[in-house]
Formats: sequence, structure tokens, C-alpha cells
Amino acid sequence: MNTALDEHATLGPIPDGFDRWEVEQFLYREARYADESDYDAWEALWTDDALYWVPVATTNDPSRTMSVVYDNRSRIATRLKQVRTGKRYAQAPQSNLRRLLSNIEFLGGRANSGGGVDLEVGANFLVLESRARGNHLWGGRTTYRLRRQDGDLRLAYKKVVLVDNGQPIPTLGFLI
Amino acid sequence: MTSLIEPAAATGSPFDKLIKRDKVHGSLYTDSALFAEELRRIWYRTWVFVGHESEVAQPGDYVRKKLGLQDVIMTRDRDGELHLLLNRCAHRGNQVCDDAQGNSSTFRCPYHGWTYRNNGELVGFPFFKGYGQRKLDLNLGQVPRMDTYRGFVFGSFAADGPGLVEHLGAAAGEIDRLAQLSPEGAVELTVGWLQHQTRANWKLLAENETDGYHPQFVHGSIFGVTGSPIGALYSDTSTAVTRDLGQGHSENDLRPEFRKFAEPMRWFGTTEARVPNYVAAMRERYGEEAEKIMIEGGPHVMIFPNLFIAEIQVFNIQPVAVGECIQYSTAVQLVGAAELNKRMVSQCMGSAGPAGMLLADDTEMYERNQLGLECLTPEWLDVRRGLNREHVDENGFTVGGATDETGMRGFWSQYKTLMEAEL
Repeated sequence: MNTALDEHATLGPIPDGFDRWEVEQFLYREARYADESDYDAWEALWTDDALYWVPVATTNDPSRTMSVVYDNRSRIATRLKQVRTGKRYAQAPQSNLRRLLSNIEFLGGRANSGGGVDLEVGANFLVLESRARGNHLWGGRTTYRLRRQDGDLRLAYKKVVLVDNGQPIPTLGFLI
Repeated sequence: MTSLIEPAAATGSPFDKLIKRDKVHGSLYTDSALFAEELRRIWYRTWVFVGHESEVAQPGDYVRKKLGLQDVIMTRDRDGELHLLLNRCAHRGNQVCDDAQGNSSTFRCPYHGWTYRNNGELVGFPFFKGYGQRKLDLNLGQVPRMDTYRGFVFGSFAADGPGLVEHLGAAAGEIDRLAQLSPEGAVELTVGWLQHQTRANWKLLAENETDGYHPQFVHGSIFGVTGSPIGALYSDTSTAVTRDLGQGHSENDLRPEFRKFAEPMRWFGTTEARVPNYVAAMRERYGEEAEKIMIEGGPHVMIFPNLFIAEIQVFNIQPVAVGECIQYSTAVQLVGAAELNKRMVSQCMGSAGPAGMLLADDTEMYERNQLGLECLTPEWLDVRRGLNREHVDENGFTVGGATDETGMRGFWSQYKTLMEAEL
């Protein structure tokens, strides 16, 4: 599994000001918005320097090798604009989704480009997706980076490492 | 459902009943007996795209590939020679290679320790007394013929037959067009492949790759939100053409549209001012010809049966079953074009693969098409579009409009020829 970007800098200590209950509630909310295809609410969680990344097993430097998703804030916006048209057929009709998060770990602090320190959190997930072509179970581990901005938690980074990212995978039209 | 492949009647081929000039029978996409015949007559016979030399750049490099259902190890031996080895121990049939890629001079079967050099030669086996000798003439299988064109590696399971250049025919010129986008005249495929599982018959993909009729509909959502000019290339008034290149190969030739604007790098969605080093290197290399190359851009060509080059992206289609295939996709890297290469990766990730904003919608169409074909009426899929207006160009190729099904008809003609050929 890929950890290249994470290895460029070592994690610092867990920064102050992140309550475990509040963080868990934030992650569950993000998961619910994604499950319910609530694109506006989901998009509003992101910071301006957002990175939404789904690597494959061969991904190393993500700007030079292929990933399933490697979206900055602008591309997240494009992806959501496309799906909001209702004619993003890979997600129209929308998938029926529910996911479980578990094994939530506070991993440490990660310096961000704004001079602050983001909280890095890891969690395992399973998503059951139901579409016309059948059901599919997606599973893996997500690394999040959370930042407090104007008093609220925001998502700066979400890296989703699928357990089967070295194998062919079906269309991934929903927000994972 | 019973198979529609019946013994050839004295009156002609069974495919005469399934493939007409203007329509093809639905069972061609759903009949598993026919799929088995396709493996035998197409995938395990004609030249099939496997990978690119740049994926195994160094001696000892190897990467696992598919050729039809067969697991193939593409290796480069210590002398720099390429091999397409079959991943099957000559002893009991176990897979000798389990990593997707790596560097190794040998492959050791985990079952009984038989060890092969990366040219396929058996170099040793434990407890030789049980064989009464230290040497056995049991090597790894190889794809009988392997050849490359500008680094694109093809394999053919037929021991003899037309050579690769003959198979590629006019499509070779499209690979040349891709290569000449590099100031060094060379492309690499070194950024890794996305693997997209697709629950549809492989032929639906091959037909779609040069179908200029669908983009405005299937891709309207992304063209609309990004203001992309691509949709116009495939409009009813586009001057682009669809060309049957012969032997099942076809292209959407977009050059007429780009020539109208005559702006270097427009094909890549940029301007020459934004990629000055690339433009300078191209002029240095190609002189006056550089303007033409940079205005006309890359090819959009489907090379029978499984290589699709879409300007900056390369796709490898491999069948799994009658209703399933895998699409492998990667970004082209142009040697000597650092200003373009990162952006090609970014554009390719945005459009291709399981979450791609273009290809995932194509894939949705393939899968719904496969489901639709479970309905047995009206039996046929129509491929007549453009028959009323296509013409033969000065090189003898049949040319239709930007949205015509000329490429599909070329595909089916080659398909029928191969399926009917005497083995």
C-alpha cells in the first residue's frame, strides 16, 4: 500500500484543540454526506488547499503516476458540478450507499502550508454500494487531515487506500 | 440460449447470418460459446497489444500482463532482450510469478522450487535424482511471436502469419503521429495503469472508441461544466472524419478541425506561450514540420483488437468472459517534453479509469448495453449510420463523417474475416 506522500515529513505530536468526540462526529458526518450524495454539504467541509486522493498500488509520486482520483479543490468542484448535472451516468441514478468507519486513530500533527498544524487521523472503512449492476463492497483505510478554521473543523486531506487497489475495480462513481 | 454458431452450411459461413453490412446480431455479445471461439481465433491468434518496452526499461525488469485470459510476464533479460513468458510452471502448472512487477533474473515456482531464468529457460529443480538427470527440457511457455513498434509490444500466439507491421498497416502511421509529438520522437508508458473492471463484452468497447456519435450525449455533463471544446469536434457540423484504416483499425481524424484554427497546442488545450520549452524543442527537432505537428495534435485510433490511443491516453482492453472485460488506462509520456508530461498524467487521471469523468460514463454505457442485450428483440444492433454518405479517400480508405459508424463497420469486417479463417 502506498504511503509515499506521508513519508516526506514525519508526523509531529498530536496538536491541541482536537476533541476526540468532536473529531469522530465530524468523520461520521462526512461519511453520511458521502453516503447520501449530499454534494453541497460534503463540498463545504473542504479547505481551499484540499486534496482528495485514491491511489492505486503502483502510485508513488501522485503528480507523476496514475491514481484513481487525485483531486485538488478545483477538481473536486468540477467532479461535483458534473454529478450535479444529473447526467453523470456513472452516478445517475445515484448509488445506494452505507459505510462503516472504525479503528479511528489519532496519528499525529502535520504541518500545513498556512503555518498551522493539521490533525492526522486514520480509520478503516467498509462501504456497501448497491447499483443496477449489483452490490459491491469497498473496503480500505482512510487518512484524514483536519483543521480548525473559524472555530469549525474542516477537511484538508482525504486519502483512501482501497485494499484491492492492485486489482481491477469497478466504476467508482460515488464519493468514497 | 443455444449457440448461434453452427457448422458452416455448404452455402456459406455462419457469420453471414450474424454480421451484415448495416447491422450485427445481438448474440455476438452474449454467446459464451462464441466468446470461446473469439479467444481461439482472435486473442490467441492475431497480434494483440501487451504493453510498452519502457515498462521494463532495465535488465531484469518484469511486469505481469494479460493476453486474453492468459497471464503473461513481460521481461527484459540480462542481454536487454524482451520476452513474453507464460506464467505457468512447466512442472505442475503453478504460477511462477506472483508480484505485479519487479526486477529479478529468475522466477522460482513456490510449489516445488523449479527455477527459471527471465528468458524462460529452466535452470534448476530440487532433488534431481528423482529425474535421473540434472537437465530437463521443460522451459516456461512463451508467446510464440513478439514484436514491437515504437516500443509498443505486441504478441501473437500464432506461430506464423502476417507480421506486426503488416497487421498494423495504416494504423502504424497513427503510432508514428503519437511518437512525433515528442521532440525526441519517442513515447514511454511509465506512469502505471489504472485497471477498470467492466461488465460488458469487449467488442462494445472496441466499437465505441471511434464512435463519434456518442460524445455529446454520454459526455455532455463534463463538456458542459468545463466548457470543453471537445464536444464540438463530434458535432453534426464538425469537419472531422471517421476513417476505416483497414484490418479492423479505425480513427477519428480530428485534424480538419484543428487545421481550421491553426493554433499550435490547441489540441492539448493550451497555447505555445504556456509550454515554451516544448515548442522550442519541437521546432529544433522538426523544423517547419513542427507547426503542422503541433497544430494537428495526436491520433485518436483504435487498433484491432485491443489498443486504443486517445491523443494523450493509451488503453488496453482485455477480455475476461463474454460479459466482462478489463480496461487498462495510462497517460502517454513524451520523451523530452517535461512541460507536458505532468499535465498529461493529470488530464488522464481526470478523464480515465474507474472514477474518470469521461471513461466511467462510457463504462456505464457499456454495462447498460450489456444488460439491454439480454432483451432478445429486435435482435440486431444497427451500424448503418453514414452508409449514405461515406466515400473512399485518395488512399483507398473509407471515410465517413465525424459521427458516422464507419469505424464499427471496419471492425466487424475484420472480425468476420478472422472468425471465418481456416485454422
